[in-house]
Amino acid sequence: MPRMKTIVNAIVRWGWLTLLVLFAFGYLAAGLSEPQNELQNQGSGQLSDASLKDLNHVETILAKTWENQGLERTEYADWLTVCRRMSLAMVGSGLSVEEIRFLESLPEDQRESVHLESLLLDSRFHHYWSERWSRFLVGADEGPFLVYRRRRFRIWLYEQFASDRRYDEIVRRLVNAEGLWTDRPEVNFLTVTFDSNDGQPDPVRLAARTSRAFLGLRIDCLQCHDDFLGNVSLGDIESPREGLQSDFHQLAAFFSAAKTNGFQGVQESEADYRYQYLDSDEDVDVEPAVPYSPELLPDEGSSRSRLAAWITHPENRQAARAAVSHVWALLFGRSATESVDNLPLDQSAPEVIEALADEFIASEFDLRHLIRLIVKSSAFRVSSRAVFLVTDEHEKANAVFPLTRLRPEQVAACVIQSSRIKTIDRDSSFVTQLQKFGSTNDFVKRYGDIGEDEFTNESVTITQRLVMLNGNMLKESISDNPIMNASSHIDLFAPTDDLAIEMAYLSVLNRRPSESERVHFGERISNAEFRRQAIEDIFWVLLNSTELAWNH
Amino acid sequence: MNLSGKASAATPSLCDYAAHFSRRTLLGAGASGLMMSQIAHALAMADEKGVTDPKRPLSVILLWLEGGPSQLETFDPHPGTAIGGDVKAIPTSARNIQIADTLPRVAEQMHLASLVRSVTSKEGDHQRAVYNIKTGYRPATTIVHPSIGAALCHSSPSLSDIPRHISIVPGGSPGRGGYLGAAFDAFKIGDPAGKVPDIRRRVDEDRYERRLDDLYDVVESEFRRGRLANLEKERTLHTTATDAALKMMSSDQLDAFDVSSEPKDVLSRFGDHAFGRGCLAATRLLDAGARCVEVTLSGWDSHINNHSLQSSACEKLDPALASLLERLKERDMLETTLVVCGGEFGRTPSINPGGGRDHWPHGFSTLLAGCGIRGGAVYGGTSPDPRLDSSKPTDDITNVVAVADLHATILSALGVPYDEELYTNVGRPIFRSEGKPIDALLSS
Repeated sequence: MPRMKTIVNAIVRWGWLTLLVLFAFGYLAAGLSEPQNELQNQGSGQLSDASLKDLNHVETILAKTWENQGLERTEYADWLTVCRRMSLAMVGSGLSVEEIRFLESLPEDQRESVHLESLLLDSRFHHYWSERWSRFLVGADEGPFLVYRRRRFRIWLYEQFASDRRYDEIVRRLVNAEGLWTDRPEVNFLTVTFDSNDGQPDPVRLAARTSRAFLGLRIDCLQCHDDFLGNVSLGDIESPREGLQSDFHQLAAFFSAAKTNGFQGVQESEADYRYQYLDSDEDVDVEPAVPYSPELLPDEGSSRSRLAAWITHPENRQAARAAVSHVWALLFGRSATESVDNLPLDQSAPEVIEALADEFIASEFDLRHLIRLIVKSSAFRVSSRAVFLVTDEHEKANAVFPLTRLRPEQVAACVIQSSRIKTIDRDSSFVTQLQKFGSTNDFVKRYGDIGEDEFTNESVTITQRLVMLNGNMLKESISDNPIMNASSHIDLFAPTDDLAIEMAYLSVLNRRPSESERVHFGERISNAEFRRQAIEDIFWVLLNSTELAWNH
Repeated sequence: MNLSGKASAATPSLCDYAAHFSRRTLLGAGASGLMMSQIAHALAMADEKGVTDPKRPLSVILLWLEGGPSQLETFDPHPGTAIGGDVKAIPTSARNIQIADTLPRVAEQMHLASLVRSVTSKEGDHQRAVYNIKTGYRPATTIVHPSIGAALCHSSPSLSDIPRHISIVPGGSPGRGGYLGAAFDAFKIGDPAGKVPDIRRRVDEDRYERRLDDLYDVVESEFRRGRLANLEKERTLHTTATDAALKMMSSDQLDAFDVSSEPKDVLSRFGDHAFGRGCLAATRLLDAGARCVEVTLSGWDSHINNHSLQSSACEKLDPALASLLERLKERDMLETTLVVCGGEFGRTPSINPGGGRDHWPHGFSTLLAGCGIRGGAVYGGTSPDPRLDSSKPTDDITNVVAVADLHATILSALGVPYDEELYTNVGRPIFRSEGKPIDALLSS
């Protein structure tokens, strides 16, 4: 009897241990936590009446633009293509098969809206946009040692997007930031410009950054001289004059009030800015002043709070245009104008940007409302291909969706996501998330980070093609791995070759194969000695295609 | 038709016979070993005769000392002074030039090189200073400037299967094409003792061919349907870049990356480490058609234990740099190859309580050799007894050389018009360099 008891005890102990090991393995490999399926809580994602009115306004403007230019608009793209565009723009990756299957379970007319609402609440969106915004607010470099924490700044931005903070409030917090860069992460907007020569934030760099990021004006050349090429117009918006060197330095003078003060970090003090202008013999005191619309600048308050109030004033339409221009570029992967941060004061932006700027101000700087308006507009939903001859003019006027090259991070994310059936997000297993983090970093390092130069469609390089043709990440993501890889799962569980091909296309390109593709790859599989290898080859081909590397 | 011999009758219209032929040519030419490019031939001849074609284009080898080497422990010692530290000065093969005793073999080659001891910048932060030195411009918010290698490659057409701008053991900031385009970014490789990354296919040749057939003939042609008329040529260049990558994969010029075929005594002379092998590979790559090879040596950021860290780094720099100059001279390559050796800034004259030296952009050293640069010369100098007035940091320096001037000198030596205006993607022309060349170094 005692012997039986010992055996039972041993079985129970070993049983518990085995269960624990299995649980740990399951968690590491697949993630056993119950995902918060935000998709299922979004309703139909239909616009309110007020939003519908705003969208109609934008649609009217687009139609008028096409009519005036004598351009034909192409048909709307299918819902999957539109959803892929949304995912690329908002979470930096294509859709997972899991997402596609869920959306397919909904009525077709609701799929785009539901996907959009889901993405707006998705932590991947907050994370991805925080990185993209960090690049244009503080750059891509690690910056000054000790006094700058880029990661903290990015997390702060993540929190702003997650909490649906108003755009104007974000801007005010950045311009007014005070405290230690570790305790108050927004302060890093200032300390990234830390000048090691005098131990203070650099007003000149802050003026250049502010004018580009918040005002959509490139006035950097005024740092050294007056504008003599007619490139910069400032002053009265109705009747602008050429930009002056003093315009730049008066803007910089606002930031001279930001001083580091030992353990208190950056604190506001009196503005004290001196500068020796070109052709001048000596330094002069420079009083803070804004480069246009001075009537919007409050008389009272600290230097930076006055500047922040001026930038975010509802009548400062230029600042709203700058914000709209940036959001537009993030969603389309390219600027609506020649440069995303160069909207000359004396020139109209495309009419659709002007219309969206009005709506953005009217919505009290609601970023999500702005995203909804753009994504639901015809400009975002039209196809990138047409039955007529597509020209650059069609793309510029948004009569067809513009082809844009994916950023290195987007390519990496697409490769990694395509290797999983389930969505890779914060609910994914520890191993999956770790693998994604490490692989993305290695891939981007090799593929080439384009830094803060966000919207240049640079040509593809030999290195990039080699990384995709023969690189390790691609090999790892398509090779035989029954536990992790989608290609293996498809081989194991797709009962027919047709379904296997369809699954591969959905995983990688987020579309179904054309009839000729289906026939061709069907023959490839049936002629192959090993089905598994043929499926792996299809993944390799699709991952190496132009279609994968470009948003369309 | 496909190259594997397995017909795909169901999709004949998708096949492009000309493309098949072209791809087989791309993949097979080098692999067969029967064809040898003109430049590869030059490489072989150089090995055989020990000399290089004198008509070869001007090129640059940039020895990048990442982290900020101390001028006082390398090329500008002030022994026996308050700022001198533990270093001693030794005579060199150039009359009147002494350098630190950490570089004894370089001292034997100093008659081939010039020292600029008065480089100054306004950037004391690593990343900004690296950008400044590599491009000649301070970081700007509106534009990314090209590095020296990109500017050089941009100034003349390509004749090579392999990239012409190469970074060996790249540190944090390999040279970039900037506004000239990503096509001029440095091609990055690791230790030349290993393989060139991503250059070998991971499946057998037949299977690789099948994959390429399907890519070109099936998926790419499907994507082109209904889009811009010249999608490939005027927008994506995707297939063009793939072709170039395939050409490189099978090029016999890849041998230039591999230093293992060099005699053991040559390898040991350069040093048994990645930097030494990188310097040796640089000479082979120039023979194979590269125009700029950057080799990085890190380990110079000596905020503590300055003397020890600088000495350790010099132990690698000394044999590699000396052997590089020696080899270039032996092969008559020094006339057509500029060697630039330096880092993003120097280190403070004063030694901190941790025995280290901090960042110092106000007077540091850069070595230049070849391409018409005077041998055995020094330009500029720092004071052995500096006043260190932070408001006037350049008062302790003679013949101050701004970073832009250093760039203008380098571009000028390489035959690139330093004052040429280039139209950029920000809509305004920019000079290649805003500096002036140091004539005293260029007139040999």
